[in-house]
Amino acid sequence: MIFNFIFGRRKKQPPTGASALADLRVGESAILSDLELAPPVAEHLMNLGFVPGLEVQVLRSGPGGDPRVYRVDGTEVAMRRDLTRHIRIELIGAPAFGD
Amino acid sequence: MGAPTVSCHAVAPPRDESLGASYRTIAVVGPPNSGKTTLFNRLTKLRQKVGNFPGVTVEHHTGYVRDRDGKEVALIDLPGVYSLTPKSEDEKVAIDVLTGQMPGTPRPDAVILVLNSTNLHSHLVLAARVIALGIPTLVLLNMADELRKQGGQVDVLALARELGTPVALVSATTGEGVVAVQNFLSSATAGPEPLELPVVGSTRGYREWAVRVGTNANYRRPAAPIWTQRLDSIFLHRTWGPIVFAVVVIGVFQTIFAVGQPLSNLLQKFLDVTGAQLGNHLPAGMFQSLIVNGVWKGTGSVLVFLPQILLLFLVIGILEDSGYLSRAAVIADKTMSRAGLNGKSFIPLLSAYACAVPAIMATRTIENKRDRIATILIAPFMTCSARLPVYTMVIAAFLPDRPVLGVFLGTRALAMLGLYVLGFLMAVATARMLKSTVLKSKDAPFILEMPPYRWPTLSSLGLRLVDRGKAFLYRAGTVIMLVSLLLWAATNFPMHHGQPPAVQDSVVATVGHAIEPVIRPLGFDWKIGVGLITSMAAREVIISTLGTLHGVDAQSHATDLQAALRQELTPAGAVALLVFFAFAMQCMSTVAVVRRETNGWKWPILQFSYMTVAAYIAAFAAYNIVGHFVR
Repeated sequence: MIFNFIFGRRKKQPPTGASALADLRVGESAILSDLELAPPVAEHLMNLGFVPGLEVQVLRSGPGGDPRVYRVDGTEVAMRRDLTRHIRIELIGAPAFGD
Repeated sequence: MGAPTVSCHAVAPPRDESLGASYRTIAVVGPPNSGKTTLFNRLTKLRQKVGNFPGVTVEHHTGYVRDRDGKEVALIDLPGVYSLTPKSEDEKVAIDVLTGQMPGTPRPDAVILVLNSTNLHSHLVLAARVIALGIPTLVLLNMADELRKQGGQVDVLALARELGTPVALVSATTGEGVVAVQNFLSSATAGPEPLELPVVGSTRGYREWAVRVGTNANYRRPAAPIWTQRLDSIFLHRTWGPIVFAVVVIGVFQTIFAVGQPLSNLLQKFLDVTGAQLGNHLPAGMFQSLIVNGVWKGTGSVLVFLPQILLLFLVIGILEDSGYLSRAAVIADKTMSRAGLNGKSFIPLLSAYACAVPAIMATRTIENKRDRIATILIAPFMTCSARLPVYTMVIAAFLPDRPVLGVFLGTRALAMLGLYVLGFLMAVATARMLKSTVLKSKDAPFILEMPPYRWPTLSSLGLRLVDRGKAFLYRAGTVIMLVSLLLWAATNFPMHHGQPPAVQDSVVATVGHAIEPVIRPLGFDWKIGVGLITSMAAREVIISTLGTLHGVDAQSHATDLQAALRQELTPAGAVALLVFFAFAMQCMSTVAVVRRETNGWKWPILQFSYMTVAAYIAAFAAYNIVGHFVR
């Protein structure tokens, strides 16, 4: 975890099929796969419901595109991009038509 | 926080632990947004008191309920926590109280755990951790009405079996099911039943367990509240969102400025009149002066803040309880992030334009301690209403009013605007400096839960007002009173033939002369020095002090005072005085409130020193730079 936190930023974009929560567009959903964040932050997010394996949706975006509101398991949470780029997700399936 | 003592009459049965018929101390635990406070208010019927846990800034309420036998049970309302890992101050407090390690607080014999039934999976994670402590626990699934209305359901008996604790579905707003608490109070058992909870280490494990328990208890999550979605599509809309935000902000500002200020002025007038009448009933002399100019003025300087404080807390209370405050934080976040702060600091900083005292008390809505301290430290840089009379007088004395932009903007208004900008820039610079050094909060980024919109309840709004009002009067009021009395003594001693001295012969003048060498480089003489000291009571007091020192009545002969000022100060000295007032923490009420809100003298002393040094350096620079060009 600590290792992830220190070196997480430098890590290359994972191979296809996984990307960051920040890359999703408003309205899109995905499955949480990993929180590459400092342990206390990851812990706090998990307590709010951001547990790997659960589905997360980008509910809406604040003016200017940051922060955005995400919904996971009924809880709505606003986060900045600086956090959501470290939250890894797996796409459920490519959306049929853009968004 | 000991249990309340019962008088020696034999009315109440003796509290004997061996009887074991009823619990005596119960901790109320629950995540934020679970309706815990509303429930606590309902249970205690508002019979409660506020206190600070020793050594931390976390505040808690202790309330009292009677069990069936009429015995009093203390309920300790713990801070809202999502888990019991000692990462934040709030969580550490919760753990310390629950395990009996909090000095002055008895280990609770039972726990009432309040969970939001509309969000059970998240909240059951906390349940697992609380139940694992082995203290008898009653689980209350709150917001039963919302759960039903939105088509959710849960089998309470099945959940009780799963958790091994009594479970009740309640609604704190309607009072439904709250009787379960009464039953629980009288059901005290000898010891906690052994519970069989799965050994799960990770949060993920807890979460999986929670989903399994929820499924076994037939839990069906309610649909997302439709009104919340509708309102959010407006309040967080890219164009409408900021417009609504601006309207709300102007509304808050107008309320404290246009409604609160006249109320404060009215109260001030009333206090002046009653003070004068009080004086008429007392024999002239030292004692009369002490009562009227010391005690009564001191009381007044505390009381005049009340209308603004109460109004601000009413407005903020409505915003917070309705859920809009979280949305406002999202809207303001982008702008605030440039200063290294986040959206939650916006409303307190805005309020500081009226007065730093209620603004600093309003920082309680900021959960992150470091962000909260940073906001407290920069709030007094905002141009508060007490600076306005000083600015107005000095500007009027030295700057002729000429149009700059036709009728829209004159030189004087421009100067005033410049002082507003100056304070704001200093606040931003200070915030950036703090947030990149001592108050760096890397581990606490902006994560904000968006609660569903709700109607604020009158009882919780009312309680908040009483709470804040009391807190201000008791804790800040005592310090303000003390300093007022000291100032009175300094202006009334040493006595000559039983008469108080003229101001120029008093202790305060001696101090003024003593600090003259220090303020000389700013272009100030000892009279300004005296004004700087007396303005500690409230910034505008410098005007009446200078009036007294020059022998003119500052209110009726404002132009005479301005003429006297022109004799005393060079234009460069006037600019230095304005800059000094823009930066200095010339306000003991603010100092007192910061001490109260940070629960110690460390931050107020640091803040006072920083602001005074900054004011001194800036005034020195202004005096020398302006003096170079203007003679």
